[in-house]
Amino acid sequence: MGTAKSWLLDDSPASRLQASLGRSYRMARMLMRNPLAVVGALILLTLLVTAAFAPWIAPYSPLGQDLGARLLPPSAAHWMGTDELGRDIFSRVVYGARITLMIVVLVAVIAAPLGLLIGAIAGYFGGWVDRLLMGLTDVFLSMPKLILALAFVAALGPGIENAIIAIAITSWPAYARIARAETLTFRNAEFIAATRLLGASHGRIIVRHVLPLCTSSMIVRVTLDMAGIILTAAGLGFLGLGAQPPLPEWGAMISRGRTFILDQWWVATMPGFAIIIVSLGFCFLGDGLRDVLDPKQGGKS
Amino acid sequence: MGWNMSVTAISLQNLDVSYGTTKVVQGVNIEVAEGESFALVGESGSGKSTILRAIAGLAPDWTGAISVLGAARGHQVDRDFATRCQMVFQDPYGSLHPRKTVDAVLSEPLLVHGFGNRSARVAEMLAAVGLDQRFRFRFPHQLSGGQRQRVAIARALMLEPKVMLLDEPTSALDVSVQAEILNLLKKLRRQQGLTYLMVTHNLPVVSFMCDRMAIMQKGRVVEIAPATALHDGSFTDPYSQSLYAASGGNPDRKDQP
Repeated sequence: MGTAKSWLLDDSPASRLQASLGRSYRMARMLMRNPLAVVGALILLTLLVTAAFAPWIAPYSPLGQDLGARLLPPSAAHWMGTDELGRDIFSRVVYGARITLMIVVLVAVIAAPLGLLIGAIAGYFGGWVDRLLMGLTDVFLSMPKLILALAFVAALGPGIENAIIAIAITSWPAYARIARAETLTFRNAEFIAATRLLGASHGRIIVRHVLPLCTSSMIVRVTLDMAGIILTAAGLGFLGLGAQPPLPEWGAMISRGRTFILDQWWVATMPGFAIIIVSLGFCFLGDGLRDVLDPKQGGKS
Repeated sequence: MGWNMSVTAISLQNLDVSYGTTKVVQGVNIEVAEGESFALVGESGSGKSTILRAIAGLAPDWTGAISVLGAARGHQVDRDFATRCQMVFQDPYGSLHPRKTVDAVLSEPLLVHGFGNRSARVAEMLAAVGLDQRFRFRFPHQLSGGQRQRVAIARALMLEPKVMLLDEPTSALDVSVQAEILNLLKKLRRQQGLTYLMVTHNLPVVSFMCDRMAIMQKGRVVEIAPATALHDGSFTDPYSQSLYAASGGNPDRKDQP
């Protein structure tokens, strides 16, 4: 252990791999010093494990109905009670982790790179390219997220895939703005000029030199936005435009539980707790990551 | 291509450079022979650096004629030019990518131009600029200012250019480190037969490094003089004389104030 640690923290790494591993190790250590970030990371780890091992964790099938056991309150047999069709809510929440994780990952995979690229191109070239791309960004930015997502889902038809596409389409503009602002701060820097003088093409400079400098603030922003994305997905589910029954999506579960909210509070509350905890987890981790990755903070620690 | 002082490395004819509507450089005519080390001297804002940027293609708004090693320059940065002429910037803290290791910085020019045998070339170049191999995988923030400037010089030399544009390569460094970098530049020039066009406002640097100099004031060249003028003070233009006097006269003669 001692040798591995000194290998990672070596001031004069002997290979590319050692240099980048050492950097990651230092970051991880900084992150570990922040208790809230650790809590956030643990919550997300739990989400990951739950999603991966859902069939082994869930005591019942998420879809199997048992009309004899309708709307039972939380008990030893049903930890979170049962819903109006006698389905075990705990099992549904566990399986719902998979859907939530899929939404989050797909939105991040679609929206973040798209916004990053558009913002970096706009910031790097400036001039009319910038005005055109940022005009487009402003159009998307000026519309309320949920309403725009609603419009897309209405056009594409309800369903979890379309909800993901709709959320991705509505969330890239914020990333484009950040990436552009970040790019503007160093587009005239000498290291960019020096790279141009080496004969590197614009595409190469954007991808290999500009984007790596934007990614850290992007990772922070995406993590902080995850809560919003989960809530938007839940909102679409709640309105019946996201995941369709019988899929155990948390927003849709709350929507179903609304009917019984006065007498059988657990039906809507349990998936609500799940949403709150996962959103909090992303926020905590995002705050911690910001302290570690933010270039303005980087020099201090 | 024999080594011949009469071959022109850099030729500027009637060069005017503008930033927007402001003309920063006007009517500059300079010929730098191959293998020569030529200095552009003048106060801040006199347009010295702008001339380098115009040659490199970073200040595209110019009129007149620029040619480097006999080939006329276009107004943009271009790929072939990169293998003939490179530039070293003033600030070694700003000219290195903050997230790239020394190894990545030095490999980049080789990757861009598709050169092979990268690892060996990088190791060789580190040795040539006097950096130990243990610096190879460090990030810029783990290096001192002088070490960073060595990396920047190494990056410029990776493509084996014949002409180097040096934009005040030592003015951001400590005095003790300045001497090291100047010695390095002098040694590299001798070893690789480089031509230097160097911007500086430091006359002792000129007498140490250069054969000739152009003195600039408000975007114009007021005088082109040999470096020996710094010893005998044989400047003809009143502005050059005042600059010479302000720097304390002969920089090598210690008895003067």
